[in-house]
Amino acid sequence: MIRRAPRTFAEHSPILFPALMLVVFFVIPFSLMIAVSVFRRVPGGFYEPDFVFSNYERFLTTFFGGVMSFSLGLAGLVAAVAVGIAFPFTYRLVRLPRPNQIRWLVFLLSILSLSEVIIGFAWSTLLSRTAGITNLFVALGLMAEPQSLSPSFGALLAGLVYQAFPYTVLVLYPALARFDPYLVEAARTLGASPLRAFFTVVVPALRNTIVATTIMVFVFALGSYLLPQLLGRPQHWTLSVLITDQAIYQSNMPFAAAMAVFLVLVSLALVGLALLAGRREEVA
Amino acid sequence: MSALVLDGLTKRYGSTVAVHGASLRIPHGQFVCLLGPSGCGKTTLLRMIAGLEEPSGGRLLIDDRDITDTPAHTREFGMVFQSLALFPHLTAGENIAYPLRIRGVSRADQRRRAEELLELVRLPGVADRPVSKLSGGQRQRVAIARALALSPKLFLLDEPLSALDAKLREAMQIELKQLQRRLGITTIVVTHDQREAMTMADLVVVMSQGRIHQAASPMEVYRQPADAFVADFIGLTNLLDGQVVQPGTVQVPGGALSLPNLPPSGRVLLSIRPEEVIVHPTSGDGSNGSLNRLPGTLSFMRDLGSSVEFRIDVAGKEIIALSRPQDRPPVEPGGALSVELPPGSCVVLPPMVAS
Amino acid sequence: MPWRKLNTVVASLIALVLSAPLMVVAGVSVNAKKSLTFPPQGFSLAWYAEVFTDPGWRGALIASLVVATLSAALAVVIAFPLAWFLWRWRAPWARAFEILGMTPFILPPVITALGFLSFWAAVGEYGSPWTVVVSHAVFFVTLPLVTLSLGFGAVDRAYVEAAATMGADDRTVLRTIVMPLVRPYVISGFAFAFVLSLNEYIVAYMVVGFTMETLPIKIFNALRYGYTPTMAAVTVLFVSLTALVFGLIAFFGDLPRLLGAWAKHD
Repeated sequence: MIRRAPRTFAEHSPILFPALMLVVFFVIPFSLMIAVSVFRRVPGGFYEPDFVFSNYERFLTTFFGGVMSFSLGLAGLVAAVAVGIAFPFTYRLVRLPRPNQIRWLVFLLSILSLSEVIIGFAWSTLLSRTAGITNLFVALGLMAEPQSLSPSFGALLAGLVYQAFPYTVLVLYPALARFDPYLVEAARTLGASPLRAFFTVVVPALRNTIVATTIMVFVFALGSYLLPQLLGRPQHWTLSVLITDQAIYQSNMPFAAAMAVFLVLVSLALVGLALLAGRREEVA
Repeated sequence: MSALVLDGLTKRYGSTVAVHGASLRIPHGQFVCLLGPSGCGKTTLLRMIAGLEEPSGGRLLIDDRDITDTPAHTREFGMVFQSLALFPHLTAGENIAYPLRIRGVSRADQRRRAEELLELVRLPGVADRPVSKLSGGQRQRVAIARALALSPKLFLLDEPLSALDAKLREAMQIELKQLQRRLGITTIVVTHDQREAMTMADLVVVMSQGRIHQAASPMEVYRQPADAFVADFIGLTNLLDGQVVQPGTVQVPGGALSLPNLPPSGRVLLSIRPEEVIVHPTSGDGSNGSLNRLPGTLSFMRDLGSSVEFRIDVAGKEIIALSRPQDRPPVEPGGALSVELPPGSCVVLPPMVAS
Repeated sequence: MPWRKLNTVVASLIALVLSAPLMVVAGVSVNAKKSLTFPPQGFSLAWYAEVFTDPGWRGALIASLVVATLSAALAVVIAFPLAWFLWRWRAPWARAFEILGMTPFILPPVITALGFLSFWAAVGEYGSPWTVVVSHAVFFVTLPLVTLSLGFGAVDRAYVEAAATMGADDRTVLRTIVMPLVRPYVISGFAFAFVLSLNEYIVAYMVVGFTMETLPIKIFNALRYGYTPTMAAVTVLFVSLTALVFGLIAFFGDLPRLLGAWAKHD
């Protein structure tokens, strides 16, 4: 039962099935997608093997540039808002008694795993004219008559933050749970108020965690594809929506694949940065 | 005939050597303690014997059969782990019966053997209890019972008592020794506690930095340490640098001593136990029959109840002496006195190598 | 202490905002009339009944449950040997497969979805119902992989060594010691994958969107033709099922540890 490098075939055999599955059903599809991105589209049909960069050249149009900068800007805004709320929230969460903590975690996990369809539907209902929050405002005398708040940029932002918030909390949770509370207690004994201790001790000490989390949430928000359709207007469509649209409705797989490759590169670069930021903290 | 032979067993991890060519013969029925400070390689050596580490070199033989490459699960040794490693999902009885269960022994026989072993370790009636409901001492006994379930050829224990409090540990040491005598099983225990080793072992193997320094009976290790490390590690001792000035005479700080067993010339190291040092209230100067006396001043004294400890400054070197309270000499701190180092109590060792 | 009070207020506010959309959906799901109004007018559970009686909704529900069960099981079957291998042997190269197993979960889902679409189209299986099972299993293999890595990591190697000195070979150790100790982690890995598969839209849509309807696909398709209270009822059922599964994980397992916090008793 010595833990050493495996030598015989029998010792290697357990990894065969997982390796095979991951290679066949992830590496090959992924590579295929990269290949398709340089294929030539056959109008009205599928695509045929080729080696052209015309699909990438379409990135240079102002329309694509607009979608790209909107997607990145939106993801950035969502990440900033989500981390801004989730960080102080998680900081309190890890200090709750265990049963309360678990109740919150179950609640957050449930929301996190909700389908985007459901989140989109729920928010559009909440923001609708007939069943929405504005009815409550009217009842309270804050508004003259109920109105629809969706679709709009605000609705989209609310939906995205709603979806990203539990994710952000769960990414922050391990780092904050391991954070040494004595640092704060030390600051408190030196006379710092709780708020001051939070901003002068906790935030600087976890700066890299915050950076890494923001990037992870950014990538997460970049992946949203249904909420822009359900809560936003067409000008709010993101790259993910555009990719789906090109692949399914325009039957332009090569262009969709090229955009996906681009999205992969952006995401991987960001995840790499996040890992780097996370590692620096462990060294420090 | 030897039961177990270690022949140059070596373990390297990259460039560091954990065990350096350990060779040892352990006769049948012996109780052996591997003793040394943490990181000396004693646990690695035990794990190689158990088959839990692959030796980088050397051989391991049992009854003249080479088992170096035999995997742990076919060696049929019993082992008690430092953490005890009792399976948390099984009861005490199921833990003990585990080796029988995986050999397909019937449930009734498993049960009978488990009860029998619990009886042996004087813990009857806990077979159905989950291990989490047992006290530290009870877990200890269950772990021992489990390791003995197959009546192994070799009984290995890695710091088995380290988790117990001091009183219980002492009691378990004696009990473990009695159990081993009754079963006559060859036993190897790893410990860093020299009292534990002295209590239980027939053979103490003193290790440091991956090497075996001495393998001998507890008395011999104490009285006749093989080198400065052993002398210093086992109990408290005074170590004096000396230079042989003429055959039979060695110059040490504060004076000259006449000793047998001295080399004809060169540097030596003398080891003398504090309880062998005799304190005289008068400052002897080596004249009129006051053999091997060195003058000094008392720098510190404390009463330890069962003994009195003196710390004496002899020419800048501190010598510790212990005497029984009733033999306490009439001296006060700061006062002049002399210490006598009887020739028969001084062990002559090779000089310390700068390391 | 005003500070404490503020914390409670903020936490309650967050809880309120997080649950508000679901509350409204729960409200409209019991409307007596087929209209989207809140507070509900009248009370009726007819829309819940329709989820089970309407062939379209019932079919989608069954399809989702079957896909989620099979794909979560397959995800565990892929993750278990990999996680065990990484724990049992010293094989740094095998970490590459672990990273591979984590990647689909980190990248935007549309990418994985598109990859599967290209793949199934290329091998001529585009639209076959079973392809969504394989796709979801690979997409969500991350979850059992993470829980099992934690689970194996929590098994004291001394247990394995102790079993070995008592005569257990690798297979016996796995069956009698390791398996019982990691079982909670197997179950939570399965449950995580199950819930996420149940709620997944885009991979399912791209792979089998034109041949079968899972519940999220059905809801989205229905939304395009306008609101029906049935989708609110389905949503409530889904949220409850999801919360129930996570509640069970929390009840039987160590949720904070699964989510990466050190266990208090370590």
